[in-house]
Amino acid sequence: MRYQSFTRLAVAALAAAAFVAAPAAVQAKKLKVGFVYVGPIGDHGWTYQHHQGLLAVKKAYGDKVETTHVENVPEGPDAERVTRQLAQQGHDIIFTTSFGFMNPTIKVAKQFPKVKFEHSTGFKRSKNVATYNIRFYEARYVNGVIAGKMTKSNTIGYIASFPIPEVVRGINAAYLGAKSVNPNVKFKIVWVSTWFDPGKEADAAKALADQGADVIFQHTDSPAAMKLAEQRGISAIGQASNMKAFGPKAQLAAAVNNWATYYVARVKAVMDGTWKSTDTWGGLGAGTLKIASVHERIPADVRKQAAKVEADIASGKFHPFTGPLNKQDGKPFLKAGEKASDGLLAGMNFYVQGVEGSLPK
Amino acid sequence: MELIVNIMLGIIIAATPLVFAAIGELVVEKSGVLNLGVEGMMIVGAIAGFSVTIESGNYLAGVVAALAAGALMALLFGFLTQTLFANQVATGLALTMFGLGLAALWGQDYSGKAAGNFPRLDLPVLSDLPLIGTLLFGQDYLVYLSVLLVIGVSWFFRKTRGGLIVRAIGENHDAAHAIGYPVVFYRYLALLFGGACAGLGGAYLSVVQTPFWAEGMTAGRGWIALALVVFAAWRPGRALLGAYLFGGITILQLHSQGFGVEVEAQYLSMLPYLATIAVLVIISSDRLKVKLNAPACLTQPFRAAT
Repeated sequence: MRYQSFTRLAVAALAAAAFVAAPAAVQAKKLKVGFVYVGPIGDHGWTYQHHQGLLAVKKAYGDKVETTHVENVPEGPDAERVTRQLAQQGHDIIFTTSFGFMNPTIKVAKQFPKVKFEHSTGFKRSKNVATYNIRFYEARYVNGVIAGKMTKSNTIGYIASFPIPEVVRGINAAYLGAKSVNPNVKFKIVWVSTWFDPGKEADAAKALADQGADVIFQHTDSPAAMKLAEQRGISAIGQASNMKAFGPKAQLAAAVNNWATYYVARVKAVMDGTWKSTDTWGGLGAGTLKIASVHERIPADVRKQAAKVEADIASGKFHPFTGPLNKQDGKPFLKAGEKASDGLLAGMNFYVQGVEGSLPK
Repeated sequence: MELIVNIMLGIIIAATPLVFAAIGELVVEKSGVLNLGVEGMMIVGAIAGFSVTIESGNYLAGVVAALAAGALMALLFGFLTQTLFANQVATGLALTMFGLGLAALWGQDYSGKAAGNFPRLDLPVLSDLPLIGTLLFGQDYLVYLSVLLVIGVSWFFRKTRGGLIVRAIGENHDAAHAIGYPVVFYRYLALLFGGACAGLGGAYLSVVQTPFWAEGMTAGRGWIALALVVFAAWRPGRALLGAYLFGGITILQLHSQGFGVEVEAQYLSMLPYLATIAVLVIISSDRLKVKLNAPACLTQPFRAAT
């Protein structure tokens, strides 16, 4: 009897071990990649572009990877819960794609030291948390050149969201780009205090158009301003995504975020075992940012000029923030020939000389 | 001069969704029911109106779909609160969350599409008048509908027997029941009207104002409409005024920024809300007036005594 029950127990134990081992073996073959999104994939802006990156990972590695994504995760406690869940489900690398996911990512990463985490647009790193961002200001400078050449009223409208360095840097870069080709250009800046409110974005675009702006930049997430520009017969610059569908005539050019190359490379690094916590701030040069869909109604010489500026920024020959450059109040910011360091860029909380109006605090 | 007309055009567009949603909720509250699900009904109306407009290419069909979708949401609310006696506040909040989710699901295939220009009133001579032509005679049809609706509701409450019955039910449902009026039936009707109006308000955003669909695009307008009803002290004319005041401040603060007025943007964004609170305080200072206006049976469930 005792012998029998022992064998039974042994068999059961073996079976159990096999049961546990089997999924582990499968896991070893497939790399699990998780994505946490702040918005819906269908926002045609920020999250949409991240999802394009996920699709690129799938395409590049096919059966070797298994991807998961969670949409519409609010910044806050939910982000921590979702990220932890992905880690518990055995994901090998998890991308969290909004600034507000920074602290939850760091917290969960401490509890799962073997899982790799990647946080977008943040500045906190640890042994298993890397950060990555895009130099959006490079595209804004190039689009500023186009806008400066194309404006007839010499008035460019800018719909801004919140006065954080990311947004302020964009305004300054667009202004410097426009100013470099058009000394008479003026910027009208309207702060809407939201990332996403299509109704209000449309209202702001309308107000700018009514006040004589004939090119509109935006640093908000919906294509409302583009659609309004199309209706009013003026021009606009697409943001984050190609917004041509909303402004077939209006869109002069779009700055398109391209996270795909980065995601594909980082997943490869995990596969090869070469992954390290890094801080990546790519731009036109790295191919993570692109100027897309430059309109054919733009004269050839302007297109050529913009393409040259784009190429020079990409190759590092030219930096959008090159001295001599003063702050709005006339205090010096950069000496002649000096290029803004990444530290200066990351903390930019002032307008450059020539931009009118005061920056909200 | 042209700029002033343009600013006024902007105000009309910003105010119209609020007019629809507020006038609908006003009727609901007059009947003694508080439906906090305005935001949810608006967003479902927005996607219903947009998707049907895109699929059929017919604006009227889109408008009808938005009305129907909002009314269906309200019917659900009515069933839960009037027939099953669920708590109105909790059910209203749930309706908002349900509506946001439902609209997101429904709208998955519609993001990235754009609608054309909504038909406008075009009268010979009048619409072509300089300055006031577009302002008075060149708006889209829904703007006129919203104003007519407010006049209609005002007339309904003042001059008709039906209006009197709805008011009586809102003030004292037991008395109204004792006289023989079907309280729950009238409340259902009021809810359906309110839902249809909210749906249309949402569709104004997605079909006329922007015009495209994006998840969560009502961005809190349903809550503003709810505040406007209180702001208006349950009077239709004042609700219209409140909506235009709110729209006006929103648009003016955007314009003042464009003109380089040195005021912090955050304060300007707060202004419409501050104005609402300020007027609320002024109105509420007269206790008798508030008592006269607020429906006495608001949020109270009605169970017929057997």
